[in-house]
Amino acid sequence: MTAATPFADRARRRFLKGLGVVLGASAAPGALLVELAAAKAPDEAVSGARRWGLLIDTSQCAESCDACVRGCNEEHGLVGKDRPATDAQWIRKLNLRHRTTGHAHSLPMLCQHCDAPPCVDVCPTGASFKRADGIVLVDKHICIGCRYCMMACPYKARSFIHETLRDQLAHAPRGKGTVESCTLCVHRVDRSGQDAVPACAEACVEEGHHAIVFGDLNDATSVIATRLRSEGAREIRADLGLNTGVRYQRMPS
Amino acid sequence: MNGHPFTGGRRFAATALVLAAVLSAGGAAAEVSLVPVPARGRGDACVEPTEVMRRNHMEFILHQRDETVHRGIRTSRHSFVGCIDCHAVKRDDGQLARFDDPEHFCTRCHSFAAVRIDCFECHADRPANQAPAAERSPTTLSQLARAAGLPGLPSVRHAEQLP
Repeated sequence: MTAATPFADRARRRFLKGLGVVLGASAAPGALLVELAAAKAPDEAVSGARRWGLLIDTSQCAESCDACVRGCNEEHGLVGKDRPATDAQWIRKLNLRHRTTGHAHSLPMLCQHCDAPPCVDVCPTGASFKRADGIVLVDKHICIGCRYCMMACPYKARSFIHETLRDQLAHAPRGKGTVESCTLCVHRVDRSGQDAVPACAEACVEEGHHAIVFGDLNDATSVIATRLRSEGAREIRADLGLNTGVRYQRMPS
Repeated sequence: MNGHPFTGGRRFAATALVLAAVLSAGGAAAEVSLVPVPARGRGDACVEPTEVMRRNHMEFILHQRDETVHRGIRTSRHSFVGCIDCHAVKRDDGQLARFDDPEHFCTRCHSFAAVRIDCFECHADRPANQAPAAERSPTTLSQLARAAGLPGLPSVRHAEQLP
């Protein structure tokens, strides 16, 4: 439904929502801060008050490093069979080189957690969906494995499970015949809220880089929102108007 | 006895069977059952009475599944992972029973009732580790730092919830 909304309408809605936050903050600043700081209780449903996202500083991303990919694979039990064409991959490294200048840079590519996700638009069963807090997921209970979403995704972010799996992890159920992609480590997010660190960001820090920042795009005081406001960042394929939740900094154009 | 599966002649036959079993077992009546009795979980009681669970466990799990996947509600009362953690069955060789093992908590009844379930094509059929949920590894960097006794960001690698 969001995708069909004209861009101007979406911008207006965002402005009005922002205005509401400002008015609310002036009415009861203490209460609002407490509300935003608290992690979600287990019995509390996710809400649109938050929008989780990632900020990726490509100048901090080393070409030779794939710690984020290894961290993700380990966290979710993604074990490849040395078949690059079909092995599941939720995050991958892209090494780019400018055709004429030769300038090289590197970045991780993953589900962009779009505000208007094409995968959700095309899903015939409703398995592909966007949570209220902006995380785009596959409900594997109702996924029929048709793979329309994989074709619709401009970022090539989804994988299909071709073979029977064993020894899946309790927090990352996955099985043959369904599509999957980055969950923004939703199991960690639900447990720890804005203190959560997705496995990719954690691995990046452990490797000594600080290329990936996770946080609430709607919380003006969060690190991610502060940095986005002061430093700016780009959406990949911004021309599609998807309003991605993953933003990239210091990308050479 | 409302909704009891045995009625009329079948009930009589069942009673006769039970009687015969009791007689042959020589007083060990408490041990006799016509249906499989799956292993008890840890603790004093299940999250619901046994009779309720026997008839409605699939409804609880189905409801909780949608609440968790779509709304991020992760309460433990009707959690699928909670069932698996609590009802793990240790085999004689010390290993935890898997779903294809007849001793597995779910398999005990589901093979008897000939009801095929596909939960374990995706979900783990054993607890990730033996520790109760509260003692599991920390998740966030700050939790890790606290666990490692460090004030700032630690350099330890997370080893969480891997079997």
